Amino acid sequence: MTLLPAQPTPKKLGLVIDLDVCVGCHACVVSCKEWNTGGYGSALSDQDPYGADVSGAWLNRVHTFEVIPEGGEIVGEAGEARIVHFPKSCLHCEDAPCVTVCPTGASYKRAEDGIVLVDENMCIGCGLCAWACPYGAREMDLAAGVMKKCTLCIDRIYNETIEEVDRVPSCVRTCPANARHYGDLADPTSAVSILVAERGGMDLMPEQGTLPVNKYLPPRPRKPLADSAHSLPLAENTDGAKGFFGWLDGVLERI
Amino acid sequence: MHPAFSIVIFTTLSGLGYGLAAVLGLGLLDPAATATKIAHLLALALIATGLLSSTLHLGNPQRAWRALSQWRSSWLSREGVMALITFVPLAWSAWASLFDGRYLALPGLVGTLLCAVTVYCTAMIYASLRSVQAWHTPLTPLCYLMFSAAGGLVLASFFGFAGAGSTVLAPALAATFTAAAWIAKLFWRHRMRTLRPISTPETATGLGRIGRVRLFERPHINENYLTSEMGFKIARKHAAKLSAIAFLLGGAVPVLLLLVLPLAGVGAGPSASLIALLAACCHAAGVLMERWLFFAEARHSVTNYYGG
Repeated sequence: MTLLPAQPTPKKLGLVIDLDVCVGCHACVVSCKEWNTGGYGSALSDQDPYGADVSGAWLNRVHTFEVIPEGGEIVGEAGEARIVHFPKSCLHCEDAPCVTVCPTGASYKRAEDGIVLVDENMCIGCGLCAWACPYGAREMDLAAGVMKKCTLCIDRIYNETIEEVDRVPSCVRTCPANARHYGDLADPTSAVSILVAERGGMDLMPEQGTLPVNKYLPPRPRKPLADSAHSLPLAENTDGAKGFFGWLDGVLERI
Repeated sequence: MHPAFSIVIFTTLSGLGYGLAAVLGLGLLDPAATATKIAHLLALALIATGLLSSTLHLGNPQRAWRALSQWRSSWLSREGVMALITFVPLAWSAWASLFDGRYLALPGLVGTLLCAVTVYCTAMIYASLRSVQAWHTPLTPLCYLMFSAAGGLVLASFFGFAGAGSTVLAPALAATFTAAAWIAKLFWRHRMRTLRPISTPETATGLGRIGRVRLFERPHINENYLTSEMGFKIARKHAAKLSAIAFLLGGAVPVLLLLVLPLAGVGAGPSASLIALLAACCHAAGVLMERWLFFAEARHSVTNYYGG
C-alpha cells in the first residue's frame, strides 16, 4: 500500500549524523554493505566486482564537500575553506515521495515506526521511486532487478537474538568517531532529539517538502588557524619554569 | 535524466496512438473507408507497442500486473489502469468500423476522453516529481496532450488523403495543433532554461550557512546507478541544435506541408497521401527527438551531491 500512514507516526525512528565529528573513513559504508548483503532481501550485488569498471548497489555513501565562507580563500588548511565529510543514506521522510509514486505497493512506510521499506517480492524494478527521491537514497540492484534502500537495519534493531548493544543500525554500531546516532525522533526526551535541539539539527533540502526524519548536526564554527597561533607552546620559551625544570633550565643555561 | 530508449519510444508511440484513436473517436473520418479501418488498427498497434516497450526497462517485468494496484497514489499505476480501460471503447470503435463500417458515437467519444486522460496520466508521472524541477510544471501535461493531439491529427490527415475523407478539416486542425504544441513546448523550454534551481549543493548539504559548497570527493571513483540514471549530461550546444532540428522537423515541416495541401486545393489521391505521410513521418521524428531531450536535459536534484 503506497498511501502514506497517518502523520506523524507514533515513533519516528531515524539517524542523527554529526557532520562536525565525521572523519570520512567510510567504515559505515562498508559495514552497511556487509550487513545488508546478507540480511533483509536479496544480496546487494556488484557488477564487474573485481574489474576496472566496478559498480554496485550501496545504501549509504560518504561524499566529501569543500565549504568556502563568503570572501574566504581556498588554500587548504591555511585558508578559510573547510572540508566536510557527508554520509548520506535514506532519510525515512515523513512525506516520502518515493512511497506514493510506487505503482505496485512494494514501497511503503511503516505506520508504527515510520521506517520506509521495499517489499522486494512486489517490486517490478521500474525505478520511479529512485527518480522521485530528491536525495538519491535508492539504488537499483542490477542483478535482482529490484530497488534497494536503507532499512534502518530493521533486522538488527528489533532482533532479540543479538545482544542489546548491537540492536542499532550497522552504520551506527561501527562508526569509530561516534558521528552517527540512532533513536526515536518523535520522542522529545530521547538522546537523539536532545542532540538535535542542542546542536541545531537540520533537514536536507527542506524545500523539497519531504519532511526528512534523519537530521544532520552542522559542523561547529571553526576558528582560523592563525587565531590559535599565540597559544601554541613555543619550544624556545622557558619563562615560568619551576621546580626541577626550573633548576634544569638554569643549569643548561649556564653550560 | 537518462533518456532510456524504451521510455522515449513508449511516450512517443503511445502518444501518437492515443492521438490517432482520439481523432477517430470524434468521427472525422469515413468509418467505411479502408483507410479508416487501417487507421484504427494502426492506433491500437501504436498504443500496444508503446505499452510493451515501457515494460522493457523493468527489472522484473513478469510482475508488471502488480502496477495496476496503487492507482490511489501513483500516477504510473493510474496510467496503467487507464491504458487498460481505454482499450475497451477503442476496440469497440475499431470493431464497428472494421466489420460494420459504422461510426458509433458512444464508444467513440468515451474513447476520445479516455485517451486524453491516459496521456495526461503519462505526463503526470513526470510532472509530479518535484525532484526534477524542469518537469514539475502544468506545462508538462499540456505539452504531452498537445503533441498527442497534433500527432493524431497529422496521422488522421494522412488517412484522410488516403481515402477516408476530411481533406480540409483534419489537415487544418493538424497544422493548428502542431503549431500550438510547439508554442507550448517553447514556453516549457524557456521555463526550463531560465528557472532558478530550488535545490542547490548548499540546501542539499545544509552547509549553506557556512558558505559556498563544492564537491571535493565523490563517494566512489566510478559511476554508479545514481550518476548514470539521474546524472545524464548533454552538451548545451548539442541540445540547442537538436532542439532546433526537432522544432523544424516536428513542427515547421508538417505545418507547412499540411497547410499547402488544402490551400492548393489538392484532394485525396496518391501524391497528396505521400506528402501527408511525409508530414506524419517528420512529425513523429521531431516528437521522438523532443521526447529524448525531455529526459536528457532534465536535471535531478541528486546531482547536487555529485558536483552538478
